[in-house]
Amino acid sequence: MKSKGIAVPYVVWMAFFVVAPLVLVVVYAFTTRDSGFTIENFSSMLQYAGVFGRSFLLAFLATLICILLGYPLALLLAREQSRLRGMAMLLIMLPMWMNFLLRTYSWVFLLERNGFFNTLLATIGLPKLDIIDTPAAVVLGMVYNFLPFMVLPIFSVIEKIDPRVIEAAQDLGANNLQVFLRVIFPLSLPGVLSGVTMVFIPSVSTFVISRLLGGGKSLLLGDLIEMQFLGSAYNPHLGSAISLVMMIIVLLSMGLMNRFGEGEGEAVLL
Amino acid sequence: MKKNGIFSRLFILIMFLFLYAPIFVLIVFSFNDSKSNAVWGGFTLDWYLQLFQNNTVLSALQTTLLVSVLATLIATVAGTAAAISFYNMKRKVRSACLTVNNIPLTNADIITGVSMMLLFVFAGQVLAGLSSWLNAQSWAESAGLWFDFGFNLGFPTLLIAHITFDIPYVILSVMPKLRQLDPNIAEAAQDLGATNFYAFRKVVLPELMPGIINGMLIAFTMSIDDFVISYFTAGSQVSTLSMVVYSMVRRRVSPEINALSTLMFLAVLTLLIVINLRQSRQEASARRRPGVPAEPAGEVLISLEDEDLDQDAPQR
Amino acid sequence: MKKTLALMLSLTLGAGLLSGCVSTRPTTATGDVEGSSSPTQESSASGGVVNVYNWGEYIDESVLEDFTAQTGIKVNYQMYDSNETMYSKLAGGGAEYDVIIPSDYMIARLIEEDMLEPLNFDNIPNFSDVDPELKNPEYDPENLYSVPYMWGLMGVIYNTTAVDETDLGSWDLLWNEKYADDILMIDNSRDAIGIALKSLGYSYNTTDEAQITEAVDLLIQQKPLVQAYVMDEIFGKLEGGNAYVGTYYYGDYLTMLENNPDLGFYIPEEGTNIYVDAMCIPKGAANKENAEAFINFMCSTEAGLKNCEEIWYSTPLLSVREALDPEVSSDPYAYPTADILAKCESYAGLPQNILDLYDSEWTRLKSAT
Repeated sequence: MKSKGIAVPYVVWMAFFVVAPLVLVVVYAFTTRDSGFTIENFSSMLQYAGVFGRSFLLAFLATLICILLGYPLALLLAREQSRLRGMAMLLIMLPMWMNFLLRTYSWVFLLERNGFFNTLLATIGLPKLDIIDTPAAVVLGMVYNFLPFMVLPIFSVIEKIDPRVIEAAQDLGANNLQVFLRVIFPLSLPGVLSGVTMVFIPSVSTFVISRLLGGGKSLLLGDLIEMQFLGSAYNPHLGSAISLVMMIIVLLSMGLMNRFGEGEGEAVLL
Repeated sequence: MKKNGIFSRLFILIMFLFLYAPIFVLIVFSFNDSKSNAVWGGFTLDWYLQLFQNNTVLSALQTTLLVSVLATLIATVAGTAAAISFYNMKRKVRSACLTVNNIPLTNADIITGVSMMLLFVFAGQVLAGLSSWLNAQSWAESAGLWFDFGFNLGFPTLLIAHITFDIPYVILSVMPKLRQLDPNIAEAAQDLGATNFYAFRKVVLPELMPGIINGMLIAFTMSIDDFVISYFTAGSQVSTLSMVVYSMVRRRVSPEINALSTLMFLAVLTLLIVINLRQSRQEASARRRPGVPAEPAGEVLISLEDEDLDQDAPQR
Repeated sequence: MKKTLALMLSLTLGAGLLSGCVSTRPTTATGDVEGSSSPTQESSASGGVVNVYNWGEYIDESVLEDFTAQTGIKVNYQMYDSNETMYSKLAGGGAEYDVIIPSDYMIARLIEEDMLEPLNFDNIPNFSDVDPELKNPEYDPENLYSVPYMWGLMGVIYNTTAVDETDLGSWDLLWNEKYADDILMIDNSRDAIGIALKSLGYSYNTTDEAQITEAVDLLIQQKPLVQAYVMDEIFGKLEGGNAYVGTYYYGDYLTMLENNPDLGFYIPEEGTNIYVDAMCIPKGAANKENAEAFINFMCSTEAGLKNCEEIWYSTPLLSVREALDPEVSSDPYAYPTADILAKCESYAGLPQNILDLYDSEWTRLKSAT
């Protein structure tokens, strides 16, 4: 237990493969193709304000929908008997373990103009649902893929709430709504915060979901970055600059959010 | 708490329907004897046969499993060792380490991916330059040595990337167990004559085991589900399953992909059932041994702040 | 136990990584210390691997097996969706390909940027079967770097059940508001900007920045009408009737027609693009001889015919054209007549400042709301 030395390989590893890559991103962001110094990659950033705006808006919407669907689901599941509860948790995790690409593809399959849903709707005489290749489909894809990341942390925080606390509140005359607003919700906040982080970050930076479900029209930050590195407009310097700005904005907003939720700052859960 | 009423149950049902309906539709259509994704053309197993003859998919599956298993094992060992050493660090050093540890967790995958790609390419070029410099040296020539350190992206870089993003999960699931650990137990073992290592193996490790297993499970999940980081770090030689699927769905889609989805779903289902059984066995034995709480599988404590470690730290 | 296992695994792995880095100096160690080409690499044409990077949906995959059966060389086959994507992957470094199949203008760029290896035509005897018209092309004037793989025309593909005949004939169909949300636009900068340039009456190869900006403005105007920007996704979308108007290559139109007889094709009156995709070897390729063997094999009548009958592009191989069904080989779009050819213009290489403009303008288009 005294062996401090065993941290050395880890520290070296992380320095090499976590810190050094980020340093390189910074270097790339401030250089040109001929390795001269430049800030042009940043000064041209305003041009992409629309993409930033759209990414944050769609990710925000997806996160909001995930809270609105995921919170009640977690709350209701936490109230089930323990046998059912375990099953339900596994069932929520299961799609998460299936391949992310396949999950996203399933919606391409369903939503296509002459795809499964629309054929089904047509058969029962309903109008077509024409959302493939729109931002709405992108948000749907985000919600579907990342909903479990919202449910699980909220569920496990609520599950750990001591029932005696709730009983105490009831004994003191609180009604159900008050119990929820004054006791359960504040105590579940860390779970919500963690869920928000785990839904928002992959949503704001995705390029797969927007590519497959958005038809290449609603370009998101992830698409923009991917495009500069392995896509159709090679410019890793611009790509690095965009990555850097995105990283800073995301870290700032997450920091702000965690600050807002501070004091609740317990461990959060996947 | 009160039991759920009919409306609550209905809500739960609808949510599960939302999560599973798309998968079930794919499963049904994997047996469809038509390329259409809307019309039923009769039952067939052709897509499965074609899938099993698809070398691209098969070798990608192999790569995915290999990289996930190796990365998980290495990350588990390294992460556990690192967590233990964190525990013995001065607080400042520890919080610095934890901050770095949190970077891969809080950063978007795409940033981790592109940054590592830049590093690997850069390192490959530096090493290639170094080798040609060494080869030009007279001593190397007289010794008849030929250096070739240069490398391209490939399985090794893919593996390094996976290990790197797996380690933090292991550390964060082992740490809480370490905090629960009573330091006196290890000392007691040593007082009774156990060597350092023996005490660790026989006393400390079993206590940490649930955390280690959890970390391993999470690491494996993250590895096997990863697309973005692999996409940027795998280079041209190897592809993971996700990469193959990405390329498949952007071309003319063959229903083979539905067959693949079905098989993946079944594999995951089986895995979860096995884990569930193991867990209930654990619970059963835990009931016989009171005081040892059973660990829910697949649950890991991820603290985005290290406050729970530094509870005595001054509040910001 | 697991720990020991993992340790052993990581040790063997480490050893594996190191071995092969240091070896005995090759006797023929030339002054070529620049390249990282390893002497331990397979150098004979029997056995070993060849890493091929080709367009998606652009081969009869059984040809790859035939090649392996004949030569013992394993093919590691990967696909890209556009010239620009391929360029990014190559330029980004760290990728390892032995054969790539870019289009004419991209070959010109790669030659300009010294990213291609000159071919040893002694290893490619089947080159003699290539149509002399396609030899020594503008993009590779001395024909040092490339061997044509396929060529063809670009045009508009539409669904005859949904598009009025009166709307046909010009690139304007892609801007026709009647078909809003039923239009598929091509997802690569050169083709998309090229279409806009043509419909404005400019040359594909203009270096006038104002014309290019004007073309991109036109594409931004088109954006609300576009259902999706697609490359090979177009197959599913048009075949399944999920969209009605698109623009792609004639060979692919023939493939789509097999699955959906309602599709039609025309060459816009403003003119269109004629292209050649040719096989090249990227600079520093590790398996150059295998790559040349592969290129040679692709130029054989047998492989050429198989490919041609799978993807329906126009073949540069004379013997293959002869072996094709006369109905195919006399198809005026596949093997265009002089009056069609008169409407065609190929893409030329562009100077660096224009290439940069294409990239930034393309990003402007894609990120526009």
